[in-house]
Amino acid sequence: MSPSDSFDDLRDLYQEVILDHGRRPRHAIRLAEFDTTAKGDNPMCGDRVQVWVKFADDSIGRVGFEARGCAISVASADLMAETVQGRSKTDTRALFAAFRDMARTGTCPVCDPSLAEPIERLAPLSGVHEYPTRVKCATLPWHALIAALDGAKEASSE
Amino acid sequence: MNVMTNPVAFDVTRIREDFPILKQTIRGKPLVFLDSAASAQKPQVVIDAMVHAMETQYANVHRGLHWMSERTTEAYEAARDAAAALMNANDRSEIVFAGNSTGAINLLAHSYGRGVLKPGQAVVISGMEHHSNIVPWQMLRDAHGIELRVAPVTDAGELDMDAFEALLEDGKVGLVAITHMSNVLGTITPAERIVKIAHAHGAKVMFDGSQAIVHRKIDVQALGCDFYVWTGHKLYGPTGIGVLWGRKELLERMPPFMGGGDMISSVTYEKTTWAAVPHKFEAGTPAILEGIGLKAAIDYVQSIGYDAMAAHEASLTEHALARLAGVDGVRVLGQAQDRGGVISFTLDKAHSHDVATLLDRQGIAVRAGHHCAEPLMRRFDLDSTARASFGVYTTHAEIDALVDGLARVREFFQ
Repeated sequence: MSPSDSFDDLRDLYQEVILDHGRRPRHAIRLAEFDTTAKGDNPMCGDRVQVWVKFADDSIGRVGFEARGCAISVASADLMAETVQGRSKTDTRALFAAFRDMARTGTCPVCDPSLAEPIERLAPLSGVHEYPTRVKCATLPWHALIAALDGAKEASSE
Repeated sequence: MNVMTNPVAFDVTRIREDFPILKQTIRGKPLVFLDSAASAQKPQVVIDAMVHAMETQYANVHRGLHWMSERTTEAYEAARDAAAALMNANDRSEIVFAGNSTGAINLLAHSYGRGVLKPGQAVVISGMEHHSNIVPWQMLRDAHGIELRVAPVTDAGELDMDAFEALLEDGKVGLVAITHMSNVLGTITPAERIVKIAHAHGAKVMFDGSQAIVHRKIDVQALGCDFYVWTGHKLYGPTGIGVLWGRKELLERMPPFMGGGDMISSVTYEKTTWAAVPHKFEAGTPAILEGIGLKAAIDYVQSIGYDAMAAHEASLTEHALARLAGVDGVRVLGQAQDRGGVISFTLDKAHSHDVATLLDRQGIAVRAGHHCAEPLMRRFDLDSTARASFGVYTTHAEIDALVDGLARVREFFQ
């Protein structure tokens, strides 16, 4: 196979957005000042993530994370941090529910119109639905985030 | 795909014909199955043996006084003879069937561990064990006051023999339970030396042969060990059946593990007496069809012969190591002198799970993760690796496909 081959066969899951955020995450920082933090752990594969959240009034002001894991989990954590910024806790939970549906099924059939824009931003991750063992890679950072919002130290496993 | 044959009289093209699954395509590409160390594919003769039994001669074993039961018992018990011959056991009654290697080790840890070992004694494992040869001994440690000692692994991925011997010097070690071939590093451990050292210090030896028996002729009398466990599904047989071989005098000293039917001599409410070895360890209706399938698998392996299999595998391993060394960013874990066809590696640009998924897109099946050997991963400062492992049906061209696929993955992640 020549190296100049196109990578079409590899791109359906690993879209450029994922490769980019996986390689150069913008929010992969341990926040010096934060209001809550939680860890997520996938014992099946060894992926680990910790998220830190700083609130601004009643909304999420900023999310930082540290992840040891695959490109999917790092990219998902980064896109999550980007997407939840400025959202209320309630909105964030609703967005997680919609995102989880999308990760499992590839679509978001009952998406509230208000979630259309953030779901669109997270859509590059929808390809994981074809890989049941990889769904958790995409949802693990979200579980950690929700645990942090709930005041739990550890994300509960699915 | 070009199928190359190695110099030994071993026709991999013909072997591949025996495995119907290898004709499958995955995502439109020929299946390149490099995950045999997790579980091997099944030849037609194994499939047929199990189907044939269900279609023509199936009943429960060891108790029926009718034709079907007698025929089924014969077919099932033939697996015990085949396993005994495969391992050069002294006596067929030294073959105890368990669910798998994990079941066999748990049986030993429970029965020999609690029934023969005394609190204050120690068990030695190594730093390259599968969780199935760690956790049962931890449970024994916590329940029965047995000390658990771990013989370290060198940077090359070999057992540190000096450190191993030092662990035995106080004479407290009752049992050494060590892998015969690492499922991560491919390292074959020096079994005869381990036995010699252990016996010199009064310890018995169990080998976890789950991987080794797929690649090497196992002669328990030549090895001189006391127990040897393996599982059928890695040796081209069905899931659900594994073997604990033990020296008869040791098995006889061990109390039963599970109670129930088929393991008793006589039952009253006051007292129950046990059946003779091996049946006292085999409570309940056994894995009858799996036993019949295992017999077919052993016959199949014997018909190819270990010499031919080992030569094929050595040729594949040498080819894979040489080709992988030529891919930038690939690091192979472990450089043991004596090794089998299991190769773990990392790629600098991509996490092993991404590597596995992107190889899968190209029709190539490898395992990725900690391979049920977290302490070993930690020893090498890793969370996970990708692993390619070979079987009788693996071709040199499949290894080339892996290498080309890896080079693509790396370029993709640049």
